[in-house]
Amino acid sequence: MTVKIQKEDFDAPLEVGAMYDNCANPGAVVTFTGLVRSRDNDKELIALELEHYPGMGEKQLEKIVAEARKRWDLQDCLVIHRFGRLKPKEQIVLVACISAHRGDAFAAASFLVDWLKTKAPFWKKEIYADGSTWVQERREDIERAG
Amino acid sequence: MKLVYFAWVRERIGLDFEAVTPPQEVKTISALADWLCARGDNYRYALADRSAIRVARNQTFVGWDEAISEGDEVAFFPPVTGG
Repeated sequence: MTVKIQKEDFDAPLEVGAMYDNCANPGAVVTFTGLVRSRDNDKELIALELEHYPGMGEKQLEKIVAEARKRWDLQDCLVIHRFGRLKPKEQIVLVACISAHRGDAFAAASFLVDWLKTKAPFWKKEIYADGSTWVQERREDIERAG
Repeated sequence: MKLVYFAWVRERIGLDFEAVTPPQEVKTISALADWLCARGDNYRYALADRSAIRVARNQTFVGWDEAISEGDEVAFFPPVTGG
């Protein structure tokens, strides 16, 4: 199980390929990549600034991954979350789960993405041509994370 | 005690972090926030609406009633928006 918080971009196929060696009998891989959207309303986004809590970020991601491994039969699991200034279409987050059968990998990946939204100490600020706004938590995300 | 601030809490207070020595009677995070608010408008502006703030003690989410002690790292921040 691996957790990384980094400024640099990541290469999803390379990261996932490196996980196979940790698995005794991999049969299913589910990956999720989150990107910066160009717009959430009618305003064009220039960039997204991602702030994080160093130290607590890693601890929370490790807790979330440990919880997923308790609930599902996973052979390996990876979460990479970026911080810093990101432009539209840049990658923000990568979640990858490997299991023997697809059910565990699908369920665990979905759980991890939902939990990241409400349990990982990251904050997004949207930068527009005429100013900036901190992104607010979404009720829908809280309900999905349970 | 080390205090750390993030996102708009950090912007409103005007600091990333600071070291403070609150008086003995400040025993919880809630009391700590009250004590901070008495120090200046910037703290009141950041911490007045507690429903909009989340807190962590030694890098773990806790509630406002959490007891604090010397040497702790206490963080104040808005609800997280990662992922």
